[in-house]
Amino acid sequence: MALIEDLKQRVGSVLLPGDEFFLPTEDNLTLTELRRPERLVFGPGLRRSGGRLTAVKGGVLRHKEPNVFWIQSQQKRYVPAKGECVVGVVTAKSADVFKVDVGGSEQASLSYLAFEGATKRNRPNVQVGDLVYAQFVVANKDMEPELVCVDSSGRANGMGVFGGGGLMFTVCLGLVRRLLSPSSTLRVQLEALFPGELVVGMNGRVWARCADVTRTLLLFNLIQSCESMAPTQRDELFRRVQQGAL
Amino acid sequence: MRETPMSNCERDFILKAIEERKRLDGRQTYDYRRIKITFGTDFGCCFVELGKTRVMAQVSCELVAPKDSRPIEGIMFFNIELSPMAAPSFETGRQSELSVKLNRQLERCLRNSKCIDTESLCVVSGEKVWQIRVDVHVLNHDGNLMDASSIAAIAALSHFRRPDVSVQGNDVTVYGPEEREPIPLSVYHMPISISFSFFKQGTFLLVDPSEREERVMDGLLMIAMNKHREICSIQSSGGIMLLKEQVMRCSKIASVKVSEITELINQALLNDKMARKAGERCGFAESMPQERITALKMDETPVEVTDAAETANEIISAAEDPPQTAASPVVPLPGVGQVGNGLKNSWGLDEEEEEEEEEEDEEEDEDKGMKTSQQSDRSEGNVVEISDSEEDEVIVLNPETSCTAKRSDSSCDQKGAATSKKTHKR
Repeated sequence: MALIEDLKQRVGSVLLPGDEFFLPTEDNLTLTELRRPERLVFGPGLRRSGGRLTAVKGGVLRHKEPNVFWIQSQQKRYVPAKGECVVGVVTAKSADVFKVDVGGSEQASLSYLAFEGATKRNRPNVQVGDLVYAQFVVANKDMEPELVCVDSSGRANGMGVFGGGGLMFTVCLGLVRRLLSPSSTLRVQLEALFPGELVVGMNGRVWARCADVTRTLLLFNLIQSCESMAPTQRDELFRRVQQGAL
Repeated sequence: MRETPMSNCERDFILKAIEERKRLDGRQTYDYRRIKITFGTDFGCCFVELGKTRVMAQVSCELVAPKDSRPIEGIMFFNIELSPMAAPSFETGRQSELSVKLNRQLERCLRNSKCIDTESLCVVSGEKVWQIRVDVHVLNHDGNLMDASSIAAIAALSHFRRPDVSVQGNDVTVYGPEEREPIPLSVYHMPISISFSFFKQGTFLLVDPSEREERVMDGLLMIAMNKHREICSIQSSGGIMLLKEQVMRCSKIASVKVSEITELINQALLNDKMARKAGERCGFAESMPQERITALKMDETPVEVTDAAETANEIISAAEDPPQTAASPVVPLPGVGQVGNGLKNSWGLDEEEEEEEEEEDEEEDEDKGMKTSQQSDRSEGNVVEISDSEEDEVIVLNPETSCTAKRSDSSCDQKGAATSKKTHKR
C-alpha cells in the first residue's frame, strides 16, 4: 500500500499540524483475488477523515510493527486515559468521594472505598490538599474520570496518599515518559547522583524528595532543565553537578 | 478554567525552603529575576520579561475634551488586561479582584505621582487635550505582575512619541510623522514598583516573589519609588502587621533596586534610540534574520548548586587551555561573525540547542562563543539584560548578609578569572 510506504518513509521526521497523507481509493475491486485489507492503527496526533490522514500535532512521527503510527510531541496538556497512573491533588471531600485535580479538563472522583483496607467504617485519612498516586479506571470524553488507589486484587501496590516533605512540580509529558521508560538513561543518571525518592505521574506531575531541602531543590532544577536539553548537554550537566555538588 | 490547586506538600516545602534561606529558582533573598526590556517597531510599545513573567505595554493617544474640573490638563488612562493566555484561571471580559488591584496600583504609581507632565498635553484650553492611554497586556503570569507592569508602563511612556499639533485660530492641525517629527512626552521621573512578600507573619522577606511564592505568602508590600528615592506610593496587602523597621528596610532595598532598574530602562531606551538613528533593525525586527519563532524567547534554566563558585574556580584553574584551532573567522549564522572559540564553557547549559553540531568535540566552546557574540549583537540593538546574581554587594542592611557578600565576592573572583582567561585567549 502506498500510504504505508509513505508513512514509513517519514518515520522519525518532524510533522506539523496540517501535514497530509492521502489514503488510496480503490478504483477497481478485484473479484478474483482474495485480498485482506491491511489494518492501520493511528495513535495520538494523527486523525483520519474520509480519504485523508492529517497530522493534528507537531512532533516526530513514530512507528511500531506492524502498522501502528503516532506522533510523539512535547505537550503539557494532559488528557486522562484509562489505566494510567497519575499524581493528583485532593481538592474537596464530599459524602463518599474525594474530588481530585489531575491537571485534566475535569476533576476526577476518587471513592473513599477505593483504598487498601478501606471499609464503610474504616475511612482513609485524606485531607484536602494531599497528594494521591492513583490509577484511572474510567476515563472517556463523556464521563467524569474516576480514580482508584487499589489494583485489581485489592492491594495498594504503591498507590495512595503520599508526599510529606517533598516538592511537587510539573514537567512536560514527553519528559515524564522518558523518566518512566525502562530504557531511560535519564533515570540512571539521576540515580547515580544521590539517593532520593521520585513519584512520576503520567499527567506530568513529579514529586521528589531527597535527604535535605538543597538536594531536593537540585533534583527539581535538574529535572526541569532536562526538558530542553540534548543528551550530550545533559551528560555534561550531570557530570558538572556530580563534581560540584558532591 | 479553575486555578490549579496548591498541594499541602508544595506549601510546606516552599516555606521550609524559605526558612533555610533558599528559593525554588536558586535566587537569594534580595535577587530579582532576569529583566529584559524590548521595544516594538512602533513608538510606545514595550515588552518586559521578568523571569517567565511577560508583559506588554502599548501607549496610544487621542484628542479629547478635557475634564471640566481640569481644563488645561491632559488625561492619563491606565488599563491592565489579564487574559487567559497569561494563566488559565484568568477570565476575559470580567474585572477580577486582581486586575482591579493592579489597575489601581498602577494608577497610583504613575498618575498620582505626576511623573508625566499633563499640562504639556493641553492643545486648546478647555476644548482639546491629549488623552494618553496605556494598555498593559499580561502575556504570561509567573508572579510579580505589578513590578513587570510598572516597568513596562513607564518604559513605554518614555518611549512614546505623540504627533505634533499646531493651533491657528480655532483650527487644530495634527501632523503625521512624515510632516513633523513626533514629540516625546515629558517624563519628570520614573516611578517603579518593587514588591516584597512576607512569610511566617513577617519573619521572612523575599523580593520579587514568583507565582508559587505569591500563593504561600502571608503579606505583600509594594513600594513605588523613583531613583531620587522619593516614594510615590506604598501599599501593604494581606493583612500582616509590619514593624517600622521592616518598612524602612524595604524602602532601602527598594531604592537600590529602583536605581538599577531605572538604569536598565535608560540603557534600553538609549540603545533603541541609537538603533533607530542608525537605521538598523530595531524592535521585533531583530528576531527576523534568525527566522525562528522562538528567537525572542530564549530561556536559561537556573540550577541551584551549592558552593558552585568555589568548584567553578577549581574547574577553571584545573582546566587545560581550550584547543587552539579556528583562527580564521567562523560564521555560524548569517549576520554573526566570530573569531576563536571563546571561553571554555564551564556550565553546560546552552540556549542555542538548535545550532549545535553534536559531533564536534569543542561544541560547548563554540556555543558559548556564539552566545556571547549574539549577546553583544543584541546589546547594539535595544535589548538589555541584567542578571541579578551579584548585586548583593551593594546592599549592606543587616549583619547576616556577610555570607551573601562572601558569596558574591567569590562569584566576582570567578568572573574575574573568567574574563582574564578570555582576554588571554583572544
